[in-house]
Amino acid sequence: MTETTVTPERPLVVEEGDVKPGFIGQSVPRKEDKRLVQGEGVFFDDVKRHEMGYVHFVRSPYAHARIKSVDVSKALELDGVYGTLTGDEVAILTDPFFELSTPPGANIKDYALAVGRVRHVGDPVAAVVARTRELARDAAELVEVEYEPLPHVLDGEESLKDEVVLHEDAGSNTVWSGVFDWGDFDAALVDADHVVRIERLHFDRFSSTPLECSGCLVEYNRGTGQWTIHGNHQMPGVGAIWMAPALRVGIDKLRFVSQDIGGGFGNKITLHPQYTACCLLARKLNRPVQWTEWRTDQHTANTHGNERTFLDVTVPVKADGTMLGFSVRAIDDCGAFPRYEPLGCIIWAQVTPGCYRWRNVRVDFTQVCTNKSPVAPNRGYSRMQHLWLTERIVDIVAGELGLDPIEVRKKNYVKHEEFPYETPNGCIYDSGDYARCLDIALDLVGYDSLEEKRREAESRGKLFGIGIGSTLDSGTNNFGQSMILNPELQFSGNNEVATVKLDIFGEIVVTLGTVPQGQGHETTASQVVAEILGCTPDEVNVRAGHDTYWNSTAGFSGTYASQFAVTGLGAVKGATEKLAGEMRQLAAAVFGCSPDDIELVESQARIKGNPEAALPFMALGAILNANNAGLPTDLDVTLNVRHVYRPPFEKPDLERKYGNLTLTYATQIHACALEIDAETGVYEIVDYAAVDDCGNRIHPQIVEGQVHGATAQALGAATHEIFTYDEEGNLLTPNFYDYHVPHALDMPPMKTGFIESTSPFTPLGAKGMGEGGGAGIHAVCAALQNALGRRGEGPIVWRSCNPYESVWDLLQKPEETRKLVSVESR
Amino acid sequence: MEAVSRKTITVGVNGEQYEREVDARRLLIHFIRDDLDLTGSHIGCDTGNCGACSVLLDGTLVKSCMMLAVQADGAKIETVEGLASEGELNGLQQAFSDHHALQCGYCTPGMLMSATALLRENSSPSEEEIRKAIQGNICRCTGYVNIVEAIKAAAQ
Ligand code: FES
Ligand code: FES
Repeated sequence: MTETTVTPERPLVVEEGDVKPGFIGQSVPRKEDKRLVQGEGVFFDDVKRHEMGYVHFVRSPYAHARIKSVDVSKALELDGVYGTLTGDEVAILTDPFFELSTPPGANIKDYALAVGRVRHVGDPVAAVVARTRELARDAAELVEVEYEPLPHVLDGEESLKDEVVLHEDAGSNTVWSGVFDWGDFDAALVDADHVVRIERLHFDRFSSTPLECSGCLVEYNRGTGQWTIHGNHQMPGVGAIWMAPALRVGIDKLRFVSQDIGGGFGNKITLHPQYTACCLLARKLNRPVQWTEWRTDQHTANTHGNERTFLDVTVPVKADGTMLGFSVRAIDDCGAFPRYEPLGCIIWAQVTPGCYRWRNVRVDFTQVCTNKSPVAPNRGYSRMQHLWLTERIVDIVAGELGLDPIEVRKKNYVKHEEFPYETPNGCIYDSGDYARCLDIALDLVGYDSLEEKRREAESRGKLFGIGIGSTLDSGTNNFGQSMILNPELQFSGNNEVATVKLDIFGEIVVTLGTVPQGQGHETTASQVVAEILGCTPDEVNVRAGHDTYWNSTAGFSGTYASQFAVTGLGAVKGATEKLAGEMRQLAAAVFGCSPDDIELVESQARIKGNPEAALPFMALGAILNANNAGLPTDLDVTLNVRHVYRPPFEKPDLERKYGNLTLTYATQIHACALEIDAETGVYEIVDYAAVDDCGNRIHPQIVEGQVHGATAQALGAATHEIFTYDEEGNLLTPNFYDYHVPHALDMPPMKTGFIESTSPFTPLGAKGMGEGGGAGIHAVCAALQNALGRRGEGPIVWRSCNPYESVWDLLQKPEETRKLVSVESR
Repeated sequence: MEAVSRKTITVGVNGEQYEREVDARRLLIHFIRDDLDLTGSHIGCDTGNCGACSVLLDGTLVKSCMMLAVQADGAKIETVEGLASEGELNGLQQAFSDHHALQCGYCTPGMLMSATALLRENSSPSEEEIRKAIQGNICRCTGYVNIVEAIKAAAQ
């Protein structure tokens, strides 16, 4: 059941009845679909090579142990086993992957396989390659590993004590720590009429668990020393930056190829350890090797989202409900290895005050290792955890002070007139109207009849609650933020590439630097090209997928961090405009007129006002490529252009940890109504609305699809999806039986609405928006809180994931969580 | 380790007959994907929960990761590759595209097979019946909204 608000009452951009000309803004048919609905996509596991071997990893059964010995001899005796790789070999053949952190994190040594020690259940200690998948698995069981178990630590706060240290070289479990202090928090405390304190909040571990697991097929070319990796890495540029130095080769020796990828959500950004192991095996065994991760492996040993504990949250509030900011101590648990971390220690700062006008913020942030699966960016990376904090603050403060959570939000939201709005740490929120989005969401869930609904539910013995989640999806990173963590890092700004050419038979061929996993890049790129060249999207051939050898990659190429609509399409637009210029120049040379006299329409270059004087694109392509005698010698035209889009960023002020960290801020305001069965704690979402504002929408259907999908993931994370461990460090949810993701019957009816606040900073006025799902977690927590208790009474929803049994606990022992909150009024 | 036993099986897939010798322990999905090179059917889990591997076996919807290839000896199998005829999408496939019922497309073959089984039995299912029919198919991208819409549209 879907409803869409198509004409907001107070339209920001789209006037009623206004039909946008051209292809941008239209839901044209997706180019990707035809192959995918016929099972003709090519995912990495579909790629085969003659005589390839299958890889199976031997994994640790211990959370923490010293490796005393690894004996592969029995595995090698098995007929059909091609070879093995152990940690000892890896330590000789490679260097540790570079770490992004300053010490102590900088001193962590992370290799493709465990060297000397295992640090989480599932840590790979060896790899076996065999003729079939089944044989590889059999052989892996014959590898004898002798372990000496060590004490382990599974909890972030415990880990801080360093009683058990995971990485001897680092000497501490702390990866990175720092204090962020903006505005004047102490003065805000003095100014406040109330100070609300929350002792503890906890954002649980989960991940978006893409349906396609990770993997690759790796070929090694002995003659050139070059590897081709057919895989599903979603940020191969950065993968290569990790892998090439570790393998002690130049970066061009690594060619990453992918066509279709079965979802990524950030979970496929840190595949460099496994890929490096496969590269070593392909070289050692001189044969293509294929690794397909098992679902159980993905859950136990690939990547989780960051788990974060917030302690001593302090919120100064004025008598009228104006919040002045907050302070908090955050402990982020990154699992056994930092990998992409500690970037999560700064990424949250893109949205420091959330949607609010809070000017005084102090965050004491520490990231630690524990004996659990490593983390990686997970849709909403690091901001989701932080925004959950800001939303919990708003609802808990409102609840304690007896304020209306809707009115408090509106009072504290950044106002429409204030954009572009500079946050206390120098980020520039580009555009938006949060209050307007909230009104639309409330309309969609019938907020006017709230009390009636509450009474009706109560008459059936249910507790009724409604909650709001307001979030920002900050898109297009300024990688300069990494320097705030580590000034030695030479990363800043951002870039993305596209090439566009007009080929000999008039085909328009586009290549992208991005690595799509379902976001429809072929389609939206073709819309932009068609609009500029005066042809149709059908006439634009966007090559499917990614290939580092296409010359369309740059340092930050990839698909991550909500940016394709800005960086990817910015590159496409730039390249197409250059090509259009060249096509006009060429046509002008043929006709003997000025390029200014040429227009591109109906797939032709023609003289304005004279449709007879027209060169079809095919003629242009043919003339330049195959029939170019007689063209002016100074005509500098290739009809094959490359453009690098570079967003306008400055390096941040490292002293003050201050600067613009992302280019765009899409808005999501979600409203959730739910009913709790007071007898059992079982609850059901009875109404749900998601309102999105991502600036100009290039393809509304794709945008709405992202909203649906992100919301489903958030609802899963709010209600069931959680990576829990037993005391020995075994993951209790290693598959889709125990880790319950939403199925079709679990999804509530979902209503969607939108407004369009054009971004003043981007080439198409669009904003990235794929990660804006966290709002669902916040909305569910808020609705539970609302249903469970009224002012100053009832339990506090203090965790992000609230399965039925947790709600039951909250109902049974409200005082246990109640004591987490206190109010000091003056 | 004991020698793995092998057996020769004959199956019809999308109207073609195949005779192959397989390991007795070979899963049907691996037989379809790796031995017959029909890679449209996918694998998304190792516990039979996700439905990415769904195919029709003698007209019945099955998860092909939950049975052995040898159990399919003599059967007629339909996979996603058999839905379109001569490159023309069938109504269900077209509806999936029209309604944006797929993003990454990884769950799509399994979804299409589940929906095919449903529509053969029930030409005008209710929303509830549609959701029940795809209950065994996990999609991590779409939230199911547009998949349900597409199946509804295809039924009409
Ligand atoms: S692969 Fe068969 S159900 Fe998941
Ligand atoms: S479309 Fe990606 S899993 Fe369904």
